[in-house]
Amino acid sequence: MKALFFIIIFVALAVACWQFVKLLGLAKADDQTATEKENNINGWLMLILMGFIYGLMVYSMYGAKDVLLPQLSASEEGKHIDILFKITMVLIMVVQFITQFLIFYFTFKYRGIKGRKAYFFADSHKLETIWTVIPAVVLAGLIFYGLWTWNQVMDSSDAENPLMVELYAKQFQWEARYAGNDHELGYANVRFIEGTNTMGVDFSDKNALDDIPLMVSEGKFVKELHLPKGRPVIFKLRSQDVLHSAYMPHFRAQMNCVPGMVTEISFTPTVTTAEMRLNDDTVAKYEGINKIRSDRGDETVEFDYLLLCNKICGSNHYNMQLKIVVDEEEDFNKWLASQKTFAQLNNKN
Amino acid sequence: MSDHHHKETFVTKYIFSQDHKMISKQYLVTGIFMGVIAVFMSMLFRLQLAYPEKSFSIIEAFLGRSGEGGVMSPDMYLSLVTIHGTIMVFFVLTAGLSGTFSNLLIPLQIGARDMASGFLNMISYWLFFLSSVIMVISLFVETGPASAGWTIYPPLSALPQAMSGSGLGMTLWLVSMAIFIASSLMGALNYIVTVLNLRTKGMKMTRLPLTIWAFFITAIIGVISFPVLLSAALLLIFDRSFGTSFYLSDIFIAGEVLHYKGGSPILFEHLFWFLGHPEVYIVLLPALGITSEVIATNSRKPIFGYRAMVMSIIAIAFLSTIVWGHHMFVTGMNPFLGSVFTFTTLLIAIPSAVKAFNYITTLWKGNLQLNPAMLFSIGLVSTFITGGLTGLVLGDSALDINVHDTYFVVAHFHLVMGISAIFGMFAGVYHWFPKMYGRMMNKDLGYLHFWITAITAYGVFFPMHFVGLAGLPRRYYTNTAFPIFDDLLHINQVMTVFAIIGGLAQIIFIANFFFSIYKGKKAPLNPWKSNTLEWTAPMEHMHGNWPGEIPHVERWAYDYSKLDENGELWGGQDFTPQNVPIRKGEEEF
Repeated sequence: MKALFFIIIFVALAVACWQFVKLLGLAKADDQTATEKENNINGWLMLILMGFIYGLMVYSMYGAKDVLLPQLSASEEGKHIDILFKITMVLIMVVQFITQFLIFYFTFKYRGIKGRKAYFFADSHKLETIWTVIPAVVLAGLIFYGLWTWNQVMDSSDAENPLMVELYAKQFQWEARYAGNDHELGYANVRFIEGTNTMGVDFSDKNALDDIPLMVSEGKFVKELHLPKGRPVIFKLRSQDVLHSAYMPHFRAQMNCVPGMVTEISFTPTVTTAEMRLNDDTVAKYEGINKIRSDRGDETVEFDYLLLCNKICGSNHYNMQLKIVVDEEEDFNKWLASQKTFAQLNNKN
Repeated sequence: MSDHHHKETFVTKYIFSQDHKMISKQYLVTGIFMGVIAVFMSMLFRLQLAYPEKSFSIIEAFLGRSGEGGVMSPDMYLSLVTIHGTIMVFFVLTAGLSGTFSNLLIPLQIGARDMASGFLNMISYWLFFLSSVIMVISLFVETGPASAGWTIYPPLSALPQAMSGSGLGMTLWLVSMAIFIASSLMGALNYIVTVLNLRTKGMKMTRLPLTIWAFFITAIIGVISFPVLLSAALLLIFDRSFGTSFYLSDIFIAGEVLHYKGGSPILFEHLFWFLGHPEVYIVLLPALGITSEVIATNSRKPIFGYRAMVMSIIAIAFLSTIVWGHHMFVTGMNPFLGSVFTFTTLLIAIPSAVKAFNYITTLWKGNLQLNPAMLFSIGLVSTFITGGLTGLVLGDSALDINVHDTYFVVAHFHLVMGISAIFGMFAGVYHWFPKMYGRMMNKDLGYLHFWITAITAYGVFFPMHFVGLAGLPRRYYTNTAFPIFDDLLHINQVMTVFAIIGGLAQIIFIANFFFSIYKGKKAPLNPWKSNTLEWTAPMEHMHGNWPGEIPHVERWAYDYSKLDENGELWGGQDFTPQNVPIRKGEEEF
């Protein structure tokens, strides 16, 4: 019944609002559109609102400086996206600044005065043409540059010696599989899932046995996914149950995992984890984070690349993650060689 | 005959009324009621986002077992965001906004006795009411309300094994929405037929107020797109209950392989967004229509570029039906399709820019009457631009990759469609309240309501863009599972404080609304000195709207501050209602 108590409070607040106005005698009879005084006060307040919005813009940008993702993209493709993003953001800021100014300044400047005549101005072919053509031209540029970038990012056909990696999503964890020596992933389907074969790999497929899995074993989640610096990585994404989305913000990469089909995304990592930890933005961000954490009594943390789930997938959606480690190619090869293939794992069993 | 009064009982007058004015009030009150539920939910989950793990007795009071110890469960969090979205988009901003004002204004502004079919109109409202009841009931089922997000993507929404909200809660959601769609189709067909057939003498299409243009075009895109959502929902019901595989394939869940084979969730996404994107404009266009009317009236100036405004409404409506794929850039859809949708999506910026600049030019050199309706309209133009501009990021497939499904998206659509549309709705209520209830709303409370709402709206949704740019995905129950998001907590707290103040400020509006119905000052016939026909109808509501003959229309709706050849105001006043004949020597615009 506590709910009822809260509801009664809300109703009481509403009644109080009305009584307050009656008490102050503000419920006065007046000129019905708006009095000169009201126009004056609200005109000034509109200017203040403009100040508030500009202030909020500056404050948000300044305050967010250290919390945003590192400016340095960790992938080749991400660099293209970042340039396009910067251009678009500058355009947005300029238009936002000007149009908001016009709205609020005009509202202030032309606030109603008794007896002033408004200017009957119903149409102007010239003005209409100007603000149809200018946005059209700007947008044409933006569209073409955007489409060029999109092709750069999505087209992996020219990748040389790519590393094939499968990401396998399930409520609420990630598994992964490297293609092994043959550079081909073996066929897999949920109908093969059995016992330790948690990814449903078809071992009768000749490409399957040399695949190197990172699987859940004995209830333990996969700890980290390694990627080599400077070599294109093609991700093949699958899902076991519902929609998931593989989101790797530092690499500016994201693609959904769809049950019943294999989706694809690719990028070339360009910055190792060790290098990214030395990046100025990263250092500043993690200083902030660790200060907050130590104030709270939590242990401090170091930067790591992340794979997050970014499509609502159930109650633990908020904690479906996998650490990504980008190594120099040499270290990566060493690491990969230390992992077991399906053939090795199956023999052991 | 119009002035022939039927004997009306309480039931035929207030409940099963076929009068468009009463139906409009029914829509509005139901919409406000649903809005209270949805806004309250948002305040609860904002608490969770800003203060995870903290205990709030209000959460335990309202959420019961799902809020044990004052902390909500992850499933309940997802239910709250799902139902908040569903109610706001469909029940408040579609039915509450379009249902209220299309019903009220179409007959009154075009000079018709009533809707083309009063009976269909009544059924439309009562189906809406039924769907609202079912949606509210779904909040109380044991396994929890639907919780797969308002977009209810299968397989999550199709499989009760995937989350508990996908059990009975989801079934009720689907039933409620199916009924809602039927209701909204009946409404929309009625609006279209009424506008096409029942205009009074002289009301050419080119003389229609922009409100009517907006409602008319909105109804058309509703009729085109809502049936597709109905079919999507039906196929989902088939998959859930009858074992078909439209959307499902190769699924292993809860320890077993399910029998589904050959379906694709992407099919659902296409069907959903074929409604889902036009829906944005179903929500927004009526708000823009209302704004056009309110800004012109209160600027005491004609709306600038009437024809361009009409053309841009039509262009936006047309484009809105061919851009749905921009919600699906990273779903695995063919990248070439992504290019096409980027192209069509960014084109929408052109008519939108035209509209924005036309509003600004309408303000220029006006004599602005800054009453609450006008403030909300100006606020709409501001949030429409702020929110709309980030569409340039989200509509560009390459840029969408990294902000897709993050808080950047949440900030974008809340500003451009949520806040803008709700501002349009408030503007409409403040402006047409005298027409609906014959009384004035309290202006000072209106001002207070606007100022708190405008500031808190920006305070919540502007910083939210940056939380998204920091990579925080939406629909996360808490951000504490990732140390990388620890430094976003204080921004989340700022947003929550604004959200709670803004939510509570709506109490001012509700108090003002309900008390003014009974205690408000009696309204004069044409309180805003407006040109449109509804203000020529008598204050006392009657069947048929006008006693005697319906006024004829002689001019367009925007002859404000028109000067005669001597530079004096025509007729000595700064407005000339639509039913005043063109004077000698006056040129029709």
